Amino acid sequence: MSDYLLEASKVTKVFGGLTAVREVDLTIRAGEIRGLIGPNGAGKTTFFNCITGVYKPDGGQVRLEGSRLNGLKPHRITKAGVARTFQQIRLFAEMTSLENVQVGMDAKHRAGAISAIFNLPRHRRENEEGSVEGLRFLRFVGIERYANEPSRNLSYGDQRRLEIARALGTRPKLLLLDEPAAGMNPREKEGLMDLIRKIRDSGVTVLLIEHDMKVVMGVCERVAVLDHGEKIAEGAPEELQRDPRVIEAYLGRGAAEDAAGA
Amino acid sequence: MNSGNGTNNNRSRRLAVNAAVALLALFLLIIPNFVSLAAREILVLIATFALLALGLNIVVGFAGLLDLGYIAFYATGAYTWGILSGAGPIRLPFTGTEFWGEWGFWIILLVVLGINMCIGVMLGSPTLRLRGDYLAIVTLGFGEIVRIVANNLDNVTGAALGISRIPHPKIPFIGYDFGLNPLPYYYLLLLLLALGITVIRRLDHSRIGRAWIAIREDEVAAGAMGVSTFKMKLLAFAIGATTAGVAGVVFASKSNFVSPASFDVFASFLVLCAVVLGGMGSIPGSLAGAVVIVGVPSFLQLRFPQLDEYRYWMFGIILVSMMIFRPQGLIPSKRREAELMLEGDPDIPSEATT
Repeated sequence: MSDYLLEASKVTKVFGGLTAVREVDLTIRAGEIRGLIGPNGAGKTTFFNCITGVYKPDGGQVRLEGSRLNGLKPHRITKAGVARTFQQIRLFAEMTSLENVQVGMDAKHRAGAISAIFNLPRHRRENEEGSVEGLRFLRFVGIERYANEPSRNLSYGDQRRLEIARALGTRPKLLLLDEPAAGMNPREKEGLMDLIRKIRDSGVTVLLIEHDMKVVMGVCERVAVLDHGEKIAEGAPEELQRDPRVIEAYLGRGAAEDAAGA
Repeated sequence: MNSGNGTNNNRSRRLAVNAAVALLALFLLIIPNFVSLAAREILVLIATFALLALGLNIVVGFAGLLDLGYIAFYATGAYTWGILSGAGPIRLPFTGTEFWGEWGFWIILLVVLGINMCIGVMLGSPTLRLRGDYLAIVTLGFGEIVRIVANNLDNVTGAALGISRIPHPKIPFIGYDFGLNPLPYYYLLLLLLALGITVIRRLDHSRIGRAWIAIREDEVAAGAMGVSTFKMKLLAFAIGATTAGVAGVVFASKSNFVSPASFDVFASFLVLCAVVLGGMGSIPGSLAGAVVIVGVPSFLQLRFPQLDEYRYWMFGIILVSMMIFRPQGLIPSKRREAELMLEGDPDIPSEATT
């Protein structure tokens, strides 16, 4: 029934008297790289948290391939096919890079305590698969050489890449990236853009929150703009650059009038 | 360093570790034959405590859940054997040696696995929804509730007088009675420890162990990676509870007497001390912690009875200096060692920095 991978309709989240996200609609087709931008405090991360179950939305619906996500626990949403990275890096610091990815991959594994205690074939097969495939994911994001390094020892940029590898390990249909370019130097950003395209080409749809306009304009086909918790515009990056509402949100009313006059 | 050299190193190190473990096992097997009766009693005490520490290490060390009422599960194990063996005041069709026969102890050892798992899930379901300090406070409360219930349920647990004349284990067919001799208990506990270590090591190296560490490191991220955090925490809690229950059964059958006094909050703290002192999340650490926490004071007391008054005072000094000079514990787990090490050059292999 639905042509869309993700359909969020009228998603609302209220904190006390503050409406952080107000009736936001967002639909994403499979195979897209969608951008989500907006000034600080616009509600982008809150919207992510509503999709991934960290927050329960106070209104609206989120559907993945037509089946409802809102109301599910975060781990169920992950298993349904939505994975994410975090704005502030949240790796399992003590675990090695490979183990981090294996935790993600375990989302698709089924061996339980009994299987592990008696070293049953399923457990062995899944553990084997975890380390082989886990290395493949590390290679995919380009940090295979740090497989046995505790993740806390990785450089900032590599930790961001490891977060992406860990999320990909859950075999998502939709990957939510929360400011992946934050703190990266220009060369790392170039690499990140290539990686995002590579992820899409591997069959994973991407929703990207990003402040860096060069990255957003470089990889996204369509971009949605949030301001004060509401979606104020949506379209191709070039259109949005000329949209007075977007300019106003970022630069203030005066700038918007200047732009309109010019 | 080329990779071939690395694997050689690994292999020789594994060989060395295996040899050390074999030697240690041999030592543990023969040591009671060379010591006095009093020292044998202490060995049983250490082994019981090691089993407790092993279980608590899963809860506190792996899953990162600060459980201050752990001793309650030791109590339920001990009382289960006390009541079902028919030594308690309550008489039911299924209590007493007539019902259980000479297999009684061994069957109930298995029954306690089930019972304690259920109790673990019962106590865990409401409490494990809390985090951090709140969890610590609630488990502290639950631990006390179990003790107070035992202290007041005259008809079932014998209240403050406890249950006495609990039967010793028997080995059927050959008709061997464990009696008061500490040796058979010691070997039974060694067997249970070996079993427990095997099970826990296997869990540690499975997706369940990874999930526990992930929860300890970052619960939100673990949930976002598909870890069913509540279920996994409950599993850690229940496995810890069964381990303590088994230790409780052995304790009750050895001392043939249980009373609420054995299960006060101090006992919970002692086990926790053993886990922290040994190194959280480290299996050999927990065992070493038990040796230090129970063994050292007991042997000191044997030699210098007058030192007993200073026991907790010395404990305090040992613990404080440990936390200052070696916060990662006596035998830290590999992962934790990495966490507490000062920021080092990641290119330096870990052998060089320790």
